[in-house]
Amino acid sequence: MNTTETNAIEVVKLTKQFGDFVAVNEVSFTVHTGEIFGLLGPNGAGKTTLIRMMTTLTPPTSGTAVVAGNDVVTDADGVRHAIGVIPQAHTSDPELTARENMLIHAKLYGLSRVQRQVLIPQLLESVGLSDFADKLVGSFSGGMRRRLEIARGLVHSPKILFLDEPTTGLDPVSRTSVWEMINKLKQASSLTILLTTHYMDEADQLCDRIAIVDHGLLVALDTPARLKDSVPGTDIVEAEFDNPPADWHASLEKLDGAASVTDHDGVTHIASHSGPLTVGELMNLARDRGVTVRRVSVQGTTLDDVFLYYTGRQLRDVASEETRRDVSYLYK
Amino acid sequence: MKLQRILAIVERDMRKFFRSPALMMMSMIFPLMQLIVLGYAFGGKIMGVKIAVVDKDHTSASRDVRQRFDAVAAGPRTLKVEDYSSLSDAVVDLRTGFVRAVVYIPPDYSRRVNQGNRPRIAFIEDNTDNFVTNEVLSRMQSLVQDINRGLNPFQPGQRLTVPTPRLQPLIDLQVVELYPYIEYIKYLLAGSISMSIFIVAMIGGGITFIDDKSRGLHEGYLVTPIKKSELILGLIFSGAIKGLMAGTTITIIGGLIAGIDRLWDPVRLLYLGVVLGCTSLGMISFMFLIMVRVSDPLVPRAAFGVLNTRSRSSAARP
Repeated sequence: MNTTETNAIEVVKLTKQFGDFVAVNEVSFTVHTGEIFGLLGPNGAGKTTLIRMMTTLTPPTSGTAVVAGNDVVTDADGVRHAIGVIPQAHTSDPELTARENMLIHAKLYGLSRVQRQVLIPQLLESVGLSDFADKLVGSFSGGMRRRLEIARGLVHSPKILFLDEPTTGLDPVSRTSVWEMINKLKQASSLTILLTTHYMDEADQLCDRIAIVDHGLLVALDTPARLKDSVPGTDIVEAEFDNPPADWHASLEKLDGAASVTDHDGVTHIASHSGPLTVGELMNLARDRGVTVRRVSVQGTTLDDVFLYYTGRQLRDVASEETRRDVSYLYK
Repeated sequence: MKLQRILAIVERDMRKFFRSPALMMMSMIFPLMQLIVLGYAFGGKIMGVKIAVVDKDHTSASRDVRQRFDAVAAGPRTLKVEDYSSLSDAVVDLRTGFVRAVVYIPPDYSRRVNQGNRPRIAFIEDNTDNFVTNEVLSRMQSLVQDINRGLNPFQPGQRLTVPTPRLQPLIDLQVVELYPYIEYIKYLLAGSISMSIFIVAMIGGGITFIDDKSRGLHEGYLVTPIKKSELILGLIFSGAIKGLMAGTTITIIGGLIAGIDRLWDPVRLLYLGVVLGCTSLGMISFMFLIMVRVSDPLVPRAAFGVLNTRSRSSAARP
């Protein structure tokens, strides 16, 4: 079988440089047809630049990207016909109604009048906006606008749907409703979905496979379960101590079941093959050494731990650090 | 009330202002350019205005008039005199703007001077440009007064000892307007029409375009098969249609108010439609040309202020 038939997207050593700043550095991956593929990383990691290159909005500095069998540089038109894109910012026109927004996009894709008359009400129905079809989009909530934009991105029945941070800025209820929509899409069709996110739970809930991106580099790629398994230890014991002695870290590493120990902002993370066993050992050790345990908890491995393991930092810290970086180059 | 908090807001605004060179240019450089252009266009000393002299008399009296023009050309240099042999050629050049006025000395000028029989010189002016024409006319009037002083045998205060001559010996300067008189409201109508088109162009081609761009709406279109050139052309054509609609509305309503003759003549309406369409297309294209690289939503608003003043001054001072 031809690889392009099984792979919806093939990215090989894709690089984007803005002056001296390398936003995306030789990233390679493939997205299989029909899967939901997540690009996970903090703000400024290069996710949006990657998606902009794959959707033909930004030309790559080097490397290739083949989307739905079309090269993004040599056949941008072919790519655009095959994809639906929901950019990070709200791109629905607030001065038009939901139906008018759909209509304009349908015309841009060259849909016939008959197709438009059938598809637009269907799509509005599928995103729960039938009752608001003739209302101005300016009066919509963020979640409603996002749902409309997803429907709009599907108006030409694309093979691949790109969602750039689809739930950023949405309230929890709207987020859940967008997740439900994406899951529904996956079940109802063979659509390939590539989404970017910096929410661990979102990636965990929705994605078949996840690529972790940091500082323009792809640092890990696998299914959420395998990524979690790749972190030494199946459980994470998180604890805080008062006045630990100098050799405390080394002592923790010798605990039964402990696979690795990391400290971050005064919080100790112990990757363990058996959380409860390690906690028992930990409490005994603390009592023997006279160390006060302020807090201890056990949890299964999360993608946050995966991110910490692969990048050496926690996503929430990187996110706050990265938001200070100037990302205006993205809009040039 | 705390000064520190007020200063913090001042600092915030100043930082934003200095980070937008385009906005600085619009708010400082453009007004300066306007000052220089308008200042020199409507002020200062008028020099080197070309006028045509058609001397059909060819006598010493007519040559005297011609020499006085030369004196003005050599002295204050207000005028630059061109000799024409044919009145019709001179009028054609006046219509095309090659000269700004025509002085016509008729064949019987010297005979009438000698007879003291109301000699006449015609001054044909381009009445669409009052600013320059009035200056030339005042020169012409003082020149004729000088000649008349030499012709008039009775100086002011002199006691008359002989009967007043029956004939009038002084030169009569007859001012002829090149174009028929147009009421000011009709004159202003053209400016109002172009202003309405300009406002549509400025809002559609400037403000809305940049606002949509900064809100990310264009990105939503550019991920579809549409090309950037198609997007811009679409916006230009829609702007031109809106400009044409605004221009047509002002033309018809303004035409009725101003009492324009033969307003409903289909041929004239067709020509008007073509002119309004071309004007709209030109203005909106110009707006896109200067705004296409702009991304700061404040820039078109600043440009609007500057360009609108220019447009108003053109409309109010035809």
